[in-house]
Amino acid sequence: MSRTQNASPATRQAVPTNPAALPGKRPVSAGRWFRATGWRHLVGIIVIIYAVFPLLYVLSASLNPNGTLLSSNGLFARIGLDSYVTLFTSPQQPYAAWFGNTLFIGLTASVCTVFLGALAAYAFSRMRFRGRRFGLVSLLVVQIFPQLLAVVAIFLLLNTIGEIFPILGIDNQVALIMVYLGGALGVNTYLMYGFFNTVPTALDEAAKIDGAGHARVFFTIILPLVSPILAVVGLLSFIATTNDFVIASVVLVSPEKQTLAVGLYQFVSQEFTSNWSVFAAGAVLAALPVMALFLYLQKYIVGGLVAGSVK
Amino acid sequence: MSTQTPHAPSGRELRQRRRARQIAEHASGGILSLIIKIALIAVVDAISLFALFVAMTQRQWIVFAVVLVIAAVVNVVYFTRGWLPAKYLTPGLVFLLIFQVFVIGYTGYIAFTNYGTGHNSTKEDAVMALVQSAQERVPDSPAYDLTVLEQLGNYSFLVTAPDGTVSVGDDDTPLSSVGDAEMSGGVAVGLPGYTSLDFAGILEHQKEIAAMTVQISDDPNDGALRTPDGSKAYLYVSTLEYDEAAGTMTDTETGTVYSDTGVGAFTAESGEQLMPGWSINVGVENFTKAFTEQSIRGPLISVTIWTFAFALLSVLTTFALGLFLAIVFNDMRMKGRKLYRVVMILPYAFPGFLGALVWAGLLNRDFGFVNDVLFGGAAIPWLTNTWLAKLSILWVNLWLGFPYMFLVCTGALQSIPDELTEAATVDGAKPFAVFRLIKLPLLLVSIAPLLISSFAFNFNNFNLIYMLTEGGPRDAAAGINVGGTDILISMVYKVAFDGATSDYGLASAFSIIIFVVVALVAIISFKQTKALEDLN
Repeated sequence: MSRTQNASPATRQAVPTNPAALPGKRPVSAGRWFRATGWRHLVGIIVIIYAVFPLLYVLSASLNPNGTLLSSNGLFARIGLDSYVTLFTSPQQPYAAWFGNTLFIGLTASVCTVFLGALAAYAFSRMRFRGRRFGLVSLLVVQIFPQLLAVVAIFLLLNTIGEIFPILGIDNQVALIMVYLGGALGVNTYLMYGFFNTVPTALDEAAKIDGAGHARVFFTIILPLVSPILAVVGLLSFIATTNDFVIASVVLVSPEKQTLAVGLYQFVSQEFTSNWSVFAAGAVLAALPVMALFLYLQKYIVGGLVAGSVK
Repeated sequence: MSTQTPHAPSGRELRQRRRARQIAEHASGGILSLIIKIALIAVVDAISLFALFVAMTQRQWIVFAVVLVIAAVVNVVYFTRGWLPAKYLTPGLVFLLIFQVFVIGYTGYIAFTNYGTGHNSTKEDAVMALVQSAQERVPDSPAYDLTVLEQLGNYSFLVTAPDGTVSVGDDDTPLSSVGDAEMSGGVAVGLPGYTSLDFAGILEHQKEIAAMTVQISDDPNDGALRTPDGSKAYLYVSTLEYDEAAGTMTDTETGTVYSDTGVGAFTAESGEQLMPGWSINVGVENFTKAFTEQSIRGPLISVTIWTFAFALLSVLTTFALGLFLAIVFNDMRMKGRKLYRVVMILPYAFPGFLGALVWAGLLNRDFGFVNDVLFGGAAIPWLTNTWLAKLSILWVNLWLGFPYMFLVCTGALQSIPDELTEAATVDGAKPFAVFRLIKLPLLLVSIAPLLISSFAFNFNNFNLIYMLTEGGPRDAAAGINVGGTDILISMVYKVAFDGATSDYGLASAFSIIIFVVVALVAIISFKQTKALEDLN
């Protein structure tokens, strides 16, 4: 579904339906041009300024050596990489550790989320069993109550568990990942369930006739066919995990174990104005990989979002 | 619970089918996948066994039972033939049940307690903590010869009393005499199974050892041993005396008697309380507090209204701008649309919490770019005046959210067949009428679920509020830590984790109230959309 949807503008663009778009047919006056498409460019430029200005501002602030909030107002007045060096060398903030922690927690949680979600979606999509409809409905109902709201209970639960098994207690990343996995079934399962249903069951049946068991069907036939939705769910849960502040800030206490969201916030909120340039450098580095990945995969993400919700 | 539904009538046919499936299973499985399966289950079992052992040594029977049940379920599910759906659902369900379903129930339990700063643990722990915190060294007390022992990272005291008896104990277990200690010059210096710390070891772990208190008997009133240097221990006796039979705490210096009056702390007749207390069940007190105390009810109501207003306005503004831009850029004649599109979705790709922090800098009252450059140095309180802060929050959320709406609206617009527009145009409809009567209704059909989920997301958009304004400006009249721009979720967080005191009970009560509100909204919207009926 998403693929056809995304293909259509491209083909339409290739064959313009409106003759006015074909150059050289007749001279276009400036007034006519403005009424037809010119004003759209005006709107576009205004929106681009709104959209991009904060990003350019943070880039310029990060290049402003040892700058404060006030001195960052002269955009690109001074250029230097000092803040980036300070970011990694100053003992005040273990930025490299935050970055590594975020990657580790985000990747582990999203890979496990994709796997657990795919297992459940396969069961719901391909098997008929007692309690299936009940299961689907209750997954939907549970989603109404976000984990975020139970953060106090999560904190106290981990406190209690931690006294017995320190590895699953407060200030431990494994515990945080397990908390995130509590939300693995849910929205993700629905996205995948919808997509699994679009894979014809004839494929499974053919494989079963050829002697494949359920596990082989799942791993070698279904999973490759649904890989686009796996990528979408993986990326969405990675973004959700890295953006999480509430649970991460409650679970992770010591600075060298924290994620970027928690660490950068606490770093900048201590000395809001004087740490600004170093914070900006950290923000730029943290945002670059996410933005690159997002732009690279945007077609799939948007398609997945629309398909998942409408289905 | 979940078995394959029989779909064939005759029993014989069913048996044959089952056998055929089993044969297929065996033929396909292969020895490798069997080994992987057994290895995985072995890992789970090994971890469970270890967990069971640890839970048993600490006498945590609830944890023990939970681990046992999970391990048993996993083994039964994966070693029983059939039960295929359970094999695929169990891993996700285990996490779901513990970290989503259970914690919601646990929130309900905490809401009925006074859990929070000063009421963190059980009564026994509170008695112990009080007695220990009031300990003072007994004047002219005898010195015990001490050897600090270490076993698996835990420290114990091996002491030789002045009368020659040798005994061992640690923070949790009182002294008990031992016979097999290794002696040197009338002083015990080692015990089988333990490592004795030498001088360097004591220096290295000075802090932990100095903080240790080892009771000399089961009765905390008898006093405890502490060591200032790691080689001699002295008797410390508390100025607070606990009378277990009467359940009272007596200050031996002033003679004040503190008794358990049912409020979760030892309270004197004057109303003075000894802290720490312990957590008790307070019934619906947190809820009555939330609904009747003016200093809490006022903020709770205004926060709830603002939460709905914020979520609704956020959806409306982002949708309006996104739809407008989608229409503007949906003109095939326009050049450079791709470039506009890529640049416009940059805010959506930028991590949300960073976006809010960057805007917090831009809108800073004294040094921010907006005041300093755009408004020529004016000190406009963008984030510190309640109404301006609300406006700023909506403005920043528009920045964060319009690209998403632009993307989905573009997709939805392009999926509307051109024939409809053409037919309407042929019939003489003006462009605006085409949009209002044909495109918009079709668009809303496919966008409505996204608008609802966007509402749900903004309802709990903690990051934006907390990173931009921290919920501020603080409402000075409120009895709790809450500000003018707080939404419900940030209020829960601040009551529980921000500031000097935490009130987990009250925060959980707020959570439960939110659950009820959310459930009501969800029930209404489900009835409207009939989303549940589409499931098959």
